[in-house]
Amino acid sequence: MITITDLFKNFGEYPVLKGVNITINKGEVLVIIGQSGCGKSVLLKHIIGILKPDKGKIEVQGKDIAKFNESQLNEVRKKFGMLFQGAALFDSLTVRENVGFFLDEHTKLDKQTISKIVAEKLKLVGLPGVENLMPFALSGGMRKRVGLARAIAMDPEIILYDEPTTGIDPIMATAINELIRELQAKLSLTSIVVTHDMVSAYYVADRIAMLDDGKIIEIGTPEEIRKTTNPIVKQFITGKSTNN
Amino acid sequence: MKKRIYYFFQEIGGMSLFLPQIILQIFKPPFKPKYLTNQLVQIGVNTLPIVSIMALFVGMVLAYLAYLQFKIVALEVYTGSLVSACMVMELGPVLTAIIVAGRIGASTAAEIGSMKVTEQIDALSTLAVNPIKYLAAPRFLAAIIMLPVLTIFADVIGIFGGYIVGVWQFGIRHRIYMNKSVDFLAADDIICGLIKTMFFGAMIILVSCYKGFTTSGGAEGVGKATTSAVVVSIVLILVMDYFLTIVLF
Repeated sequence: MITITDLFKNFGEYPVLKGVNITINKGEVLVIIGQSGCGKSVLLKHIIGILKPDKGKIEVQGKDIAKFNESQLNEVRKKFGMLFQGAALFDSLTVRENVGFFLDEHTKLDKQTISKIVAEKLKLVGLPGVENLMPFALSGGMRKRVGLARAIAMDPEIILYDEPTTGIDPIMATAINELIRELQAKLSLTSIVVTHDMVSAYYVADRIAMLDDGKIIEIGTPEEIRKTTNPIVKQFITGKSTNN
Repeated sequence: MKKRIYYFFQEIGGMSLFLPQIILQIFKPPFKPKYLTNQLVQIGVNTLPIVSIMALFVGMVLAYLAYLQFKIVALEVYTGSLVSACMVMELGPVLTAIIVAGRIGASTAAEIGSMKVTEQIDALSTLAVNPIKYLAAPRFLAAIIMLPVLTIFADVIGIFGGYIVGVWQFGIRHRIYMNKSVDFLAADDIICGLIKTMFFGAMIILVSCYKGFTTSGGAEGVGKATTSAVVVSIVLILVMDYFLTIVLF
């Protein structure tokens, strides 16, 4: 479904991605793990076309989006939903307007129909009846759920999660993990999750890939990752510092 | 010093590239009138009270000082002429633009800047909405439309402020004051004053949106972008004012 080949990206003199190669299969949950600042979010932003690579291919359903212009990218983006690390809800809009944003912008559905879809999506993420609240009135976990409702409002084929459990309490993190699996089962999505939370990774992943020093150094099922012999992966998943 | 010069040219280059993108997005469908309407209200209606207060008192002060000077040479009947000419040609347009730069320039840079650092701009892109079309284009168009409208109010209210002082405080006859106010005003002066404000409006939004879109570094970055947007806008208003005055009058 998505194939990334030899992806390179520098920010100024600083290389972030140094030849990423990975394939994401239709209908799977792929979790990308790696240390903070290793370029996981940068990789995610390439997949949805927010960032352009310096070199390499990003093929989505067989088409290289790295060569696409803005309007072609917008067409591709309609197949994607994305949950941002801080949810990135629009501060000046209500929850209803946030969740229904895509539908308001890109469809000719009337307000009542959009409100009905918004209510359905909010129910799906376990937050019914918050349509009229403003984002500032929501807790961190609620914001993530609303962000998720916005991401699935247009019934995407692919959903990207950027650190979905960061900054929320363990109970809420478990709830978000369950939600990711639940949405996967109900909506048959292809999901890419970027995280450094191994509990979350093991819970939601069909496959786990480790990004280190700008490259994918290991990829496998959660079980294979647990049994890895790669010292860098081993160190990361056990959380041991280099001094030990 | 080298770094500052580099930064200066980087900013000029960045804004020069940003301007055509805004103009392109104004003419590119789909058109969403509701975003323009919101900005017309924000820039026009919501700024009108402060512009009115400013214009009233500037007109009053102008009349007061003009009267004192003209009285020395027994030409106090020309108080109205000076007030109306100054308001229409210079003070109305420039002071209105400065108020808009302070109010709208600051809020635009702060809003877009905080959207940038909290990934809301990226979120717009992921929802297949061009951030420049959604955030900058309606503001740009609204500023070009509303600055002249605000300036007309400022001119009229400023002239009325002068009338209060000239007629009610200093006792110049109503008919004389009104005649002298109009005598030295040409339609061209009014139109040129209004044309100036269209350039000011475009420039304020260009600078503040550019500063917002290029914000980095969290809350501190938003603060810096906001301050910079207002300072740069005000300086550019004064510089542009000189050159536009030479060209237009």
